[in-house]
Amino acid sequence: MHEDSEVLRRPVVLSVSGLGVKVGGKTVLENVSFNLEAKETLAIVGPNGSGKTTLFRALMGLVPHSGRVSWSTESKIGLVPQSLVATDLPITVAEFLSLKCKAGFQESMNSVGLGMEVLRQRLGSLSGGELQRVLIAWAIVDRPRVLLFDEPTSGVDIGAEEPIYQRLESLKEQLGITTLLISHNMHVVMHYSDYVLALNKRPLLFSETKNVSHTKLLEIIYGAQVTPQGTAPQEAERPSS
Amino acid sequence: MISKRMALVGDALSHVALPGLALGLLFGFYPFIGAFAFLAASALVTWRLQKSTELPVDAIVGVIFVLALAVGILITPQVDLLEALFGDVSTVTAVDAAVAVVISVLVVAVLRAIYDKLALAMISRELAVSNRVDVDRINLVYLLLVSVVVALGIKEVGTILVGAVVIVPAAAARNVATSLSRFSLLSGIFGVVSAVVGITIAGAFSLSAEYAGPIVVLTGAVLFALGLALKFSRRDRVTAQ
Repeated sequence: MHEDSEVLRRPVVLSVSGLGVKVGGKTVLENVSFNLEAKETLAIVGPNGSGKTTLFRALMGLVPHSGRVSWSTESKIGLVPQSLVATDLPITVAEFLSLKCKAGFQESMNSVGLGMEVLRQRLGSLSGGELQRVLIAWAIVDRPRVLLFDEPTSGVDIGAEEPIYQRLESLKEQLGITTLLISHNMHVVMHYSDYVLALNKRPLLFSETKNVSHTKLLEIIYGAQVTPQGTAPQEAERPSS
Repeated sequence: MISKRMALVGDALSHVALPGLALGLLFGFYPFIGAFAFLAASALVTWRLQKSTELPVDAIVGVIFVLALAVGILITPQVDLLEALFGDVSTVTAVDAAVAVVISVLVVAVLRAIYDKLALAMISRELAVSNRVDVDRINLVYLLLVSVVVALGIKEVGTILVGAVVIVPAAAARNVATSLSRFSLLSGIFGVVSAVVGITIAGAFSLSAEYAGPIVVLTGAVLFALGLALKFSRRDRVTAQ
């Protein structure tokens, strides 16, 4: 990753080597290897069914896997899931946040742009964008070192997506957080990640985001050959500068 | 149990106590011990099967319930069968009441100790595991607590109705609770109210002791209906505004 000897290496927060997951006899992930240093953002991309959420579950020890996953000892992990199972429970935002941390909600609520009046509302009465921001507030309330985002803006109106990612970026700067992000959004991947891991490529593609062209990224995310408008198909395969 | 969508599971689980009750009657030991032993064993089997097969809990309990009911009916002495199925509140002694109070206090204490982890596991298994909650162990403890509660109530209302005595007050509370803490509190209050009012009505009309259980359940159902009416009136008020 950082080959320049003049740059002080940040500590490695996550080291993955030869990770493999089989579900029902079918190989979902195979030979996934990468290292992630502190304060870096890794975008995990690929079409539906390529194993993105499975990778998160393997990293958290939720599913059996082969290979090795090593988190640094001081890594406190915050997860922002794609959705919640039981939003019909009569649980308020304050009660939900207190399941992780009994006090000190104000800072995390402010960080995601939610007022304290939201604390009295039930989770099930929140809009998609508000619920995602509450989930982010939950994830950061105890100041984690690592955040895992599973498509954090699915179910959120298009206009409300950008502010969420801008907040994530400022949180990363404020709290020095290392982030793993699953997203189908090319703009998000290009603008908010340092590295991209493509799960549908063999061998797996792990690269600095700036070294991956828009066209290549579209092919990776959507799993199909993409021809940019106005170019002949053979020009689309020219390596990006 | 309402929050975990286990209402019918709780009802079916109560029938599993019948063989244990029957053994207590046949061999002259405290029936609660036999009932609890069978309930705890079925809770363990259910937990283990759910973990290893990923079958839904209601399917597993459904099989165990019909098996236990059939065995229980076969081995319960005929003269005691009606009391085992429908209970007899007049046979409850001061010792029974004292034991019930002590065990109830212990159940509440254990529940308070695991409450946050249990609530988080209900909302999202992924969030719970990322927060280092041993979800499988919490579910097992929870099932064992359900077994204790069900075993406690069998003498008073029998195996047929004890599930309803547990579930109906909670369902009634669900209609009117605006937070998880109020849901827990109201469930307890409605449970006490339906038991006291139900037994009082049975006594006031000099009804046979085995009718106390059904009247307790009916009282709970009235509370449920009142709660539902209140819920609809709140919704109409909000719509009108």
